[in-house]
Parts: sequence; structure tokens; C-alpha cells
Amino acid sequence: MSLHRFANPARFMRLSAALLPWCSAAAAALIAIGLYLALFVAPPDYQQGEAVRIMFVHVPSAWMASFVYALIAVASAVALIWRHPLADIAAQGAAPLGAGFTLLCLVTGSLWGERMWGTWWVWDARLTSVLVLFFLYLGYLALVNAFDDPGRGARAGAILALVGIVNLPIIKFSVDWWHTLHQPASVFRLGGPTIAAAMLWPLLVMAVGFMLFFFALLMIRMRTTLMAAKIRALRLAEIDRLAAARRPAAAS
Amino acid sequence: MHFLAMGGYAAYVWPAYALTFIVLGGLLAWSLGSYRRHRRELERLQGRDEP
Repeated sequence: MSLHRFANPARFMRLSAALLPWCSAAAAALIAIGLYLALFVAPPDYQQGEAVRIMFVHVPSAWMASFVYALIAVASAVALIWRHPLADIAAQGAAPLGAGFTLLCLVTGSLWGERMWGTWWVWDARLTSVLVLFFLYLGYLALVNAFDDPGRGARAGAILALVGIVNLPIIKFSVDWWHTLHQPASVFRLGGPTIAAAMLWPLLVMAVGFMLFFFALLMIRMRTTLMAAKIRALRLAEIDRLAAARRPAAAS
Repeated sequence: MHFLAMGGYAAYVWPAYALTFIVLGGLLAWSLGSYRRHRRELERLQGRDEP
């Protein structure tokens, strides 16, 4: 039992306390600016008209859905290999947020699809693989909480998260590998973005805003988990003290 | 009014933004509520230890 295992969470508490106000303020400012740009400044699409504004919430949600899963998988690998005490806490703190982004991606995409494709849902490669991602999040959350021993739950969840990572390249390349209704990538592609700059900027501002919002919430959730552990330790110490105080009385 | 009509797509654009607000706001309220409850409890326990 070496001291660095405890030093790391303590350092995280200090670091996150310093970062949290800046991260939260930047997230709020960027999302506010992003909303203004998305709703008032970005032009309507020449084919889709105003419906294209759904993109400014759909695409950042979709990017975050995959990014958060990748982060959970990396944290799970770190937890399994090095037993870093913060890795499981980070993965479990991030999972409900990733599930939220995936749900947003699916429902906003469905609203967009109904207008532009004439259907709420199709079982094509992109939509199905994102639905699988949503179920991976739900499965991870269920598995982590399914054991009486939190350590076993965390290990089972970490293994599921690592196995599920094969889904990420399938999501990314589904639009190239299969015929789908979903359009191919127009931002992160070889040869640069094909989307107009007047739409790309609001999209990027929203995406960075979503990213900072995620990290602010992740820090809050990790701090909560560490505080809960401290509360448990303090309560146990108190029980020990009370028991020790009672023992001499019982003996006499 | 013209703005709210979203060129005839109001029934699709606004629910998408409303849902984003509800989901992200819900995650924020849930996480922040739990954070504050734990911080209060921790302060209570540590405050009682000190005297």
C-alpha cells in the first residue's frame, strides 16, 4: 500500500477545484455564443432551409457520444492495467454523460431525418451502430452497478467498455463502408471540410462548448465520488471510536 | 414570428433544441445536486470531528 495511491486523488481534488470555475465559465460562454451563431448568424441551407439548424446540436452530440466512449475505454484500460484509483472513477462518472449525448444524437437525428429523408428511423449502418453505442453505455452502467462488491463491478464494466470499442470505427466509417441514408463525413475528412465556413464556425464553437461542459460535469462527478468515499471512511472511523469507547464500560 | 417559424420547420428544429436543453440541463442539475449534498454531509462530519 503505497502513498501515491492516495496522493493522486488529493492532487485531483486540488487541480479540479482550480480548473472547475474556468472550465464551467468557458463552457457557458461558448454554448451561449454557439447558440447565437447557430440560430441567428448561420445561413439557412440551400436545400434544407432552416431545418439545417438541427445540425448544430446533432453533430456536437454525435462527436461527444463517440469521444466520451473512447475516454471511458482508455480509462478502463488504465484501471485494469495500472489500477490507477482515479481511472474507474473517471469512467463511471463519464458514462451517464456519454449516454445522454448518444440519446441526444439519436433523437435530434431522428427529428432531422423525418424532414430530410422522410423517415424517423432506418436500420442502416450509421444509425444502427449509434444505437448499439447507446446500448453499450446502458449495459456498462447496469453492469457496474450489478455487483455487491464495487471493485468487481468496475472490472466487469471496464472489460465491457474495452470490448465495445470495436464499435467506434464502425460508427466512423459506416457511412463509407455501406450504403446508408446518412451523409458521409463533411468536417473530419481527408482533404478538409466540405461544409461552408459560415456553418462550420458555429458548429465548432458548439462542439468545443459541449466538450468543456462535459469536462466540467466530469470533474464535478469525480469530486462527488471522492467525497462519498471520504464520507464512508469518516463514518467507519466514527463507528470504531464509539465501539472503542463502549468496550471498557462493558468490561467493568 | 418569422424567426420562430423556422421556415416551416419549427416542429422539428425547436424540439431538437428543447431536448438538448432538457438532457444537458438534467445531467447538470442531477450531478450538481448530488455534489452539493455530499459536500454538505462532508462538512457536517468534518466540522463535528474538529472540537
